Amino acid sequence: MCLGIPGRITEIWDDRGTRMAYVDFGGAVKDVCLAYLPDIAVGDYTIVHAGFALTRLDEASARATLAMFAELGLLDGELGTAAGTPAARGEPA
Amino acid sequence: MRYLDEFRDPALARTLVAEITGRAGRPWTVMEVCGGQTHSIIRNGIDQLLAGAVEFIHGPGCPVCVTPLEMIDRALEIAGRPGVTFCSFGDMLRVPGSERDLFAVRARGGDVRVVYSPLDAVRIAEENPRRQVVFFGVGFETTAPANAMAVLTAARRGLANFSMLVSHVLVPPAMTAILDSPGCRVQAFLAAGHVCTVMGTGQYEPLVARYRVPIVVTGFEPLDLLEGVRQAVRQLESGQSTLDNAYPRAVSAAGNPAAQAVLADVFEVCDRQWRGIGEIPASGWRLSPAYRGFDAQERFEVGGLRVAESADCHSGAVLQGLIKPNECPAFGTRCTPRSPLGATMVSSEGACAAYHQFRRLAAPAGSKGSSGG
Repeated sequence: MCLGIPGRITEIWDDRGTRMAYVDFGGAVKDVCLAYLPDIAVGDYTIVHAGFALTRLDEASARATLAMFAELGLLDGELGTAAGTPAARGEPA
Repeated sequence: MRYLDEFRDPALARTLVAEITGRAGRPWTVMEVCGGQTHSIIRNGIDQLLAGAVEFIHGPGCPVCVTPLEMIDRALEIAGRPGVTFCSFGDMLRVPGSERDLFAVRARGGDVRVVYSPLDAVRIAEENPRRQVVFFGVGFETTAPANAMAVLTAARRGLANFSMLVSHVLVPPAMTAILDSPGCRVQAFLAAGHVCTVMGTGQYEPLVARYRVPIVVTGFEPLDLLEGVRQAVRQLESGQSTLDNAYPRAVSAAGNPAAQAVLADVFEVCDRQWRGIGEIPASGWRLSPAYRGFDAQERFEVGGLRVAESADCHSGAVLQGLIKPNECPAFGTRCTPRSPLGATMVSSEGACAAYHQFRRLAAPAGSKGSSGG
């Protein structure tokens, strides 16, 4: 019940004053209530809990995080501290 | 799938693992608060990849597991009544009460239905005006906005035949209780990212200041969890304690103000019993006076409950991080997901179910369950 997964909003409509949407979770489509995200739009990604969209996933932030991970990898390469080597574990060689 | 595949990349995971193991000068003990995080850690073997650098203590963030037995028995009693349609999230149906579970109530003719969203229960109430429709409103701050909106919608539509059995729990008071317990081994927390999408991150500032414990808001994919650990270990190694956000694509400092406004209207804070842990002050939500008319606990008089926990179940020790699931004598033998003794073996978020599903069947050497050291 508590597991939230990302999905993409494909269609939005009004149900008696409540904003509803279809959200595509990698092939499985569910209807989801948008009452808590009044500004979210078709094409946006969201995290859904118990049929409610709770947050809009921020693309720029996701890219920045991934770029930072990639940079960590480059740094490891530069310093020759690949995973599993004694140096990477902080142990004497 | 966007936002999933990128955060499961094996090469980047290896980079983060090397970064963490290279930086950890000693083994650190970290608690992931949320049961969804526990499942991701065990499924992806993150605890094994970081063995020697980080030990994970699995937190109590499994709503199914901590819903008090007395409330389960109350639900079973209400669900078995004629004229009642009892609606619940699916993972509550197999949770053992003192004598039976919701599946058993349904097998004996009770009208027990699984719904995906609490709004489905509101719709069932609209379509069946002669039946009393009760929704089992459990969960943390992630399901609470959905449950609150169901009550609000029922109120707006004047549905006199809808009510909710509310047993909501809150994460920050549970973290406080863990930090206050004498046997606390937690050196840093990975806070539950999705709880923070609703409530924001400000609730954790007082905990960081008071207990000088690093708290890192963390997501659920393998790279998210590794990044949360990386930030926690960086703090621990440098003797810092701050509140960090390792899940910024989903979590803002403010959280979701629209959800917070509805929660403040529909619910009020109350003391709450946690199954396996005991009462934690100001750790739950119940319906506020304005919506008390929708409280199933007031609508259905339930007397004479005899609450009895299985003597063989050690889920309380598991939930408090005192033992690992496979150190329990009943684990995998008398207690399995098909025939669970306790709620931690039931839920898709329970630590015992995670260990069983991903075949961590034997207790590690040197643990409390073995004869060594």
